[in-house]
Parts: sequence; C-alpha cells; structure tokens
Amino acid sequence: MEDDFDGGTVKKFMFVNRKAPYGTIYALEVLEMVLISAAFDQDVHLAFLDDGVLQIKKGQDTKDLGHKNFSPTYRALEGYDIEKLFVEQESLEERGLTAADLMVDVEVISRADMAKLMGEMDVILTA
Amino acid sequence: MSILHTVNKSPFERANLSSCLGHANAGDAIMLYEDAVIAAMNGTAFAARIADAAKGCKICVLGADLKARGLDPANVVAGVSVIDYAGFVDLAADNASVNAWL
Repeated sequence: MEDDFDGGTVKKFMFVNRKAPYGTIYALEVLEMVLISAAFDQDVHLAFLDDGVLQIKKGQDTKDLGHKNFSPTYRALEGYDIEKLFVEQESLEERGLTAADLMVDVEVISRADMAKLMGEMDVILTA
Repeated sequence: MSILHTVNKSPFERANLSSCLGHANAGDAIMLYEDAVIAAMNGTAFAARIADAAKGCKICVLGADLKARGLDPANVVAGVSVIDYAGFVDLAADNASVNAWL
C-alpha cells in the first residue's frame, strides 16, 4: 500500500455508523471524520449497522426540515478513495430495507461477518 | 485480534449493549460502566444474555459505578468480573483495539 504520509503508518480504520441521520449530529460528524481520515491516506472502512443504515437510504429530502441534506456526500466518498463500505444484512431486514434502497454501492454482509471484520481493525470509532 | 468493547448506557434505554453483544467475537472483552452496570446484575431481563456472552467473552463491570448506584457487587451474574479503574486500564492495554459503543 502507498505510504506517503511521512513517517506514518497506514492503519485499518473502521468508522461504525449506528444512528439515524438528522435526529442527532453523530452521522454528520462521523462523515467529517471519514473525510479527514482520507487526507491521511489511511485504510478506511465504513460500516453501517442498526439505525446507521438509514444514513444511506435513497431519496432523502430535508428541505422542509431546514437542515442540510448531507447524504450526497456518501456518493462522493469514492472520489476520496473511500470504497470499503459495508452494510449489515440483519439491520437492513429489521427496517424493511434491501440493498436496492441504498444510494451507494456497498457490500452487504451478515452480522457475524461484520463482527469478524471489526476484529481485523486497528482502530474502531463507533457513533 | 481481540477488541475491548465498552458500553456505558442502560440496555433498558438504548440498544448499545444488544448491538455490542451481537458483534463481540470469542476472546473479546466487554466492559460495562456508568449506566450500563445494571446489565451485570442478577435477576434483570438481560441476565441470561450476559451469562451466555460470558461463556465466550470476558465481561467486566466497574465496581465504583455499581457502588454509586447501590448495586451489590456480590450479586452480579456468574462469570462477570467486578473491576476497578486500574483494571479498566489493563483491559484497554491487553486488547488490540477498543470499540466504544456510543
């Protein structure tokens, strides 16, 4: 892997999103952290589980809320070489959703595989 | 690589603990502190799940938080360890990463 962060080490980061957007600031704040981490050339993984799957639901329209719709940013992550997006199958099912309801290309994995993936990370940030 | 999972909210108010238990691998540690300590007690609706998790994971609870809430450290679910702040630090040092279930 390219390591042009002078003297630095590339670590496996996982940002775990488990809250719905707009009700709290967590989803937006994690997205900010993800974009910052991209600037440091880290091996970034994004996980969406529990209500976090709602962050990438298609068709978000916050006009009447007076709140910025930050969901298009998830589609821009590819441009920052952040392409490792994982969504938990069980969390989708619990909410009556499928991969077709999501606005970005993701890998849908089971809860058991999500747990395994977490075990491979150097740093995990959950919100 | 083992993970130290930390949970600090009551399982009766939020799903943090439930989600944590669903994602903990065998050999991981789970630390219950602040409002999550109620989950460590015998006789709660979560006791069976904690006892089950304790078979594969190291489950710990912060004694100071039990004491502050009048919860008896002698009455925690079998397999759960009551530890102090230094023990909490040891857990953080002994595991490869920490997952704080916010």
